Amino acid sequence: MGPIPRNYLMRRLGIFFLTIFLAATIIWLIPRLAPGDPITAMIDRMTRTAGYVENSDVIIEGWKERFGLNDPLPVQYVRYLGNLVTLDFGYSLAYFPTTVSQLIAQALPWTLGLLLIAVTITFLIGNFLGAILAWTRTPRLVRYLIPLAMIFTSIPSILAALFLLYIFAFLLNWFPMLGSYELGVTPGLNLEFISSVIKHGTLPALSIILVSFGYWALGMRGMMITIEGEDYMHLARAKGLKSFYILYRYMVRNAILPQITAFAITLGTLVSGQILVEYIFAYKGMGTLIYDAIVNQDFAVIQGTSFILIVMTALAVLIIDLAYPLIDPRISHGGK
Amino acid sequence: MSTADTTPETVAAEAPAERGELKRTMGRFNQWDTPWLNPKLIAGAIIIGIILLGGIVGRFVWNTDLAYTASSPLNLPPPGFVNTRGQEGTWDHPLGTENSGRDMLAVIILGAPNSFLIGVVAATVGMGIGIILGFTAGFLGGRVDEFIRLISDVTITIPSLMVLIVIQTLIRQVEIPTMAIMIAAFAWPSPTRLIRAQVLSMRESGYVQMAKLSGASTFDIMFREMMPNLIPYLFASFIGNATGAILAAVGLETLGLGPQRIPTLGGTIYDAIQAAALLRNMWWWWGIPTILLATMFIGLLLINLGFDEIANPRLRRSSQ
Repeated sequence: MGPIPRNYLMRRLGIFFLTIFLAATIIWLIPRLAPGDPITAMIDRMTRTAGYVENSDVIIEGWKERFGLNDPLPVQYVRYLGNLVTLDFGYSLAYFPTTVSQLIAQALPWTLGLLLIAVTITFLIGNFLGAILAWTRTPRLVRYLIPLAMIFTSIPSILAALFLLYIFAFLLNWFPMLGSYELGVTPGLNLEFISSVIKHGTLPALSIILVSFGYWALGMRGMMITIEGEDYMHLARAKGLKSFYILYRYMVRNAILPQITAFAITLGTLVSGQILVEYIFAYKGMGTLIYDAIVNQDFAVIQGTSFILIVMTALAVLIIDLAYPLIDPRISHGGK
Repeated sequence: MSTADTTPETVAAEAPAERGELKRTMGRFNQWDTPWLNPKLIAGAIIIGIILLGGIVGRFVWNTDLAYTASSPLNLPPPGFVNTRGQEGTWDHPLGTENSGRDMLAVIILGAPNSFLIGVVAATVGMGIGIILGFTAGFLGGRVDEFIRLISDVTITIPSLMVLIVIQTLIRQVEIPTMAIMIAAFAWPSPTRLIRAQVLSMRESGYVQMAKLSGASTFDIMFREMMPNLIPYLFASFIGNATGAILAAVGLETLGLGPQRIPTLGGTIYDAIQAAALLRNMWWWWGIPTILLATMFIGLLLINLGFDEIANPRLRRSSQ
């Protein structure tokens, strides 16, 4: 253990900031490569609905000046980066005068909550199943059933979400179809609200759990098989230790740590999957926010939400990478 | 096959489990006992093959013009079912029709290969970049390696769907190749990492040292000596990549950001969600493309598991 070596820390921090910088630049650059500008596009839209917009040239020029679109691109770019640092993404076009940051502040807790719960459950179930899959004492039937269940793993969460929605919400009516809590329930720390949230969150969480536990189980199984061949395993067996004790103390504890690094790598996919699940269930998180923004052509919101999600993912990976050597003393930071 | 006959007494004397053991040892001399005849790999290939074949043969058997709007009656269920308005399905539209008058069978015949194509093109491009970068990083090492590792670490952390959503919202009208290349822009880091790691471990191995001593060029060592050993890994990585690319494409399509002019499976699901097909109990509309996509992913998973077992004999042994 000991303190984190400086060059390891610097490298991880460098990757973190480079990720954010790259993502921010792509998001900024792409609209500027596309023809046209947002103001003209908006006036066009107004013309389409209203028929004719008086003095549209003047309006366009005025707004361009007001939003600084006439400045040279490097100036705009620096100003944009400055705004990002203060999390200022401007106003939502569809919900003016709400700012993008306000919209995100409302949606983000839902997304984070759902993600955290789903990931925790998945991690526990997946690693447990993977462990018993590789354990020699596991009944044969279980060993055949788990790989069958793993078929689900290959299915994208969005497809699982559609099936769960149809079966449990539409046909069986066990769970509500849409939203993250019932209309008319006042949000707060009361029992009615909490139970409503749980009811609405079950299916979205289930669609994520169902499709991702197998990934962990497979990884865990691979790790267990590798450990099976280690010398200390033979020693433990020769000592006559109980099989279950060996499974827990010798195998699982050694195998579970590398799983955490695997988690860091898949986080991006996980976030993307959850965004789509939220959209299917009209869950009040970032997914629905993004979808509404796509429908409304609300580009500021799309930019803001994408950026925040990228930052969150990069931050989570950074934390895992920095904390990992502290959890697992076998890792030497690789900084030499 | 004939190996078992040569030693009948020994086989009969052995307990059943040991007989299996013997067969396996003897099987090494059997031409059918190659790791490439992996049951998972074959099952997966058959599933994918059937879906693709359906897409190709279907074009000749079924009138694909029915995939366009207003070519068929609206909202018909498959034959044997009744829709909410009491209309019965007919054999003219064996998989039913949706609410703008497209025949579902025609949509699927055209859509399934499209969704698949995006994945394969994106994975091929991603793989190509990965092979070049992975070999360069692993073989040259030093500054170059450091740089390639850095950009692949950076790219792998970005949830690609987010960036793709931003791009697609602006472009709106996309064709399959554009979409595939944009997805490929995020599909190279994992093959790069995998190949780099393999090359690093191989670089010190005897035969590479031997090739170096005998004066083979770097290019020859990379592609003549090392590449053949990487093939199972490359296949597994390719399939994994294609799965990821199809997943990204389907995600974009279901958000309504896919190709607009040609039918895709994800696009069909998007249309169905937009028209509240779930609430109207039009299960054939969203259900058929969903099941087809799910089957496609299962097939890809089986192929991937098969290649994994070929590349990693340890897994093979433990699964038997």
